[in-house]
Amino acid sequence: MLSNYLPILIFLIIGLLMGVVMLALGFILSPRRPDAEKQSPYECGFEAFEDARMQFDVRYYLVAILFIIFDLEIAFLFPWGVVLDQIGWAGFWAMMVFLGLLTVGFVYEWKKGALEWE
Amino acid sequence: MSIDNLSLLLPEIALLTLACATLMVDIFSNDPKHGPGYWLAQLTLLVTAVLVLVTYTGDSQYAMAGMFVSDAMSGLLKFAICIISLFALFYSREYLLRHDIIKGEYFVLGLFAVLGMLVMVSANNLLTVYLGLELLSLSLYAMVAIHRDSSSASEAAIKYFVLGAIASGMLLYGISILYGVTGSLELGAVAQVLEGQSDYPTLAIFGLVFVLIGVAFKLGAVPFHMWLPDVYQGAPTAVTLFIGSAPKLAAFAMAIRLLVDGLGPLLPDWQQMLMILAVLSMATGNLIAIAQTNIKRMLAYSTIAHIGFLLLGLVAGNAGGYAGAMFYVITYALMSMGGFAMIILLGRKGAEADQLDDFSGLAERSPWLAFLMLILMFSMAGIPPFLGFWAKWFVLREVIQAGFVWIALLAVAFAIVGAFYYLRVVKLMYFDEPREPDEPQCSTPLRTVLSVNGLSLLLLGLSPGLLMSLCMAAFSP
Repeated sequence: MLSNYLPILIFLIIGLLMGVVMLALGFILSPRRPDAEKQSPYECGFEAFEDARMQFDVRYYLVAILFIIFDLEIAFLFPWGVVLDQIGWAGFWAMMVFLGLLTVGFVYEWKKGALEWE
Repeated sequence: MSIDNLSLLLPEIALLTLACATLMVDIFSNDPKHGPGYWLAQLTLLVTAVLVLVTYTGDSQYAMAGMFVSDAMSGLLKFAICIISLFALFYSREYLLRHDIIKGEYFVLGLFAVLGMLVMVSANNLLTVYLGLELLSLSLYAMVAIHRDSSSASEAAIKYFVLGAIASGMLLYGISILYGVTGSLELGAVAQVLEGQSDYPTLAIFGLVFVLIGVAFKLGAVPFHMWLPDVYQGAPTAVTLFIGSAPKLAAFAMAIRLLVDGLGPLLPDWQQMLMILAVLSMATGNLIAIAQTNIKRMLAYSTIAHIGFLLLGLVAGNAGGYAGAMFYVITYALMSMGGFAMIILLGRKGAEADQLDDFSGLAERSPWLAFLMLILMFSMAGIPPFLGFWAKWFVLREVIQAGFVWIALLAVAFAIVGAFYYLRVVKLMYFDEPREPDEPQCSTPLRTVLSVNGLSLLLLGLSPGLLMSLCMAAFSP
């Protein structure tokens, strides 16, 4: 049974080798003539004017988390919709329960004001 | 996909539905004390407890294609979890109101944690165990962090979260190895494969080690106990009380499900490992507790020592031993809850009574409260006739009958060492001068419930036969 995992081991080794070899080749073969311009941080073509480690509005994280929840919901809904005719009523109601729970969470976040920007 | 025997899941379904209803009721009510949410949460626990009793049959029945099992052990443990959580939520509300940090989410998270515990108790599949464990753990992490302005609570929450995630990772890795070895996730099928001539005996033990580390982490056995004192001390006392009570029952159930139901054929292997964990836990817990001046931290180390005793019951490796461990864990939950409730009662807004000095001269300030604390401490130390004595006696009897006399001797020795710091609290209460003369302020319901909690240890201790026979019945084939 353990031999079933051999391809995975080979994959891991080759993957590791690929990464190391490519980086090493670039390191060994590429010409290196650094100057001040090349070593300065790159920011969309204009002069870098700020430290990248600045404070971030925490609401972005909130929006991102809420987005992920509903994004995942879609990831469940699509395959469910495709095989709905095969999984029967049990499958149908299982998804309804899931959506119900999600709705409870949605009502909660709405009422809590998580969807208001100001 | 098959959904069969859904009626076995009735308590869980009711709990989930009512927990969602609690969330909705609480969010739409404007009560600053969160009364509606709180009462609905208590009603939910009561309904769940009643449904557990109604659906109890005593023999093993399976649901959801073998993912879920309902047997005598699950019935008793679920009922105990619901009742203990009922008490815990009551104490919590008193604390949260007093310290002005009440939030409706607390009760909802508590209900979801209870749901996670019930799933763990009834799990018959490695994935169900994990699912229940994560539901419980995630709720607890959030509960520890519920007081956002407290830096110690936030620190405790981060520590708990990171170490808990590592433990879950270990457990999951062990589960994946076991799946690789046996080709099944169902506990019964795993045991069946391991029973026969396994192709990879070493690999199975490798998986067992990781599963055991995960269980030991969740129980807080040495050397996987590092999170416990910090979380117990840092978390708001209400949350410490909750973490220290019902979840221990669920962790015990997880140990039984995984080690006995799933990995039973590997008993000689895990028996040795548990022996080491048990002795280390009793030694470390009891010795370090002596050096503590913060009583929450002291009770945390005492928890570690109690977990060592609980593991002894598993070491015995037979039905009697498991029953003893179950008796111990239920007793422990009652005692620990009472201890933390006393800290809640003595505290005031902005000042927690979590130093040993806060108990000085309590007998002069309030004789009744001092007497209750005396019951709790004597019971934890294992002094007859309190319930804690019978718990230790039960476990030790089974261990000796299983032939581990030396380990029983060690356990007794460490229990005597442990008695020192419990008796120190009693000495402080009865023989030292009070730091403040006035009687501690508390509401009548809090006083009453704590009295019931404390006296139950005395009454159950005077007639331990009932609970003992219930525990024995849970493991008789």
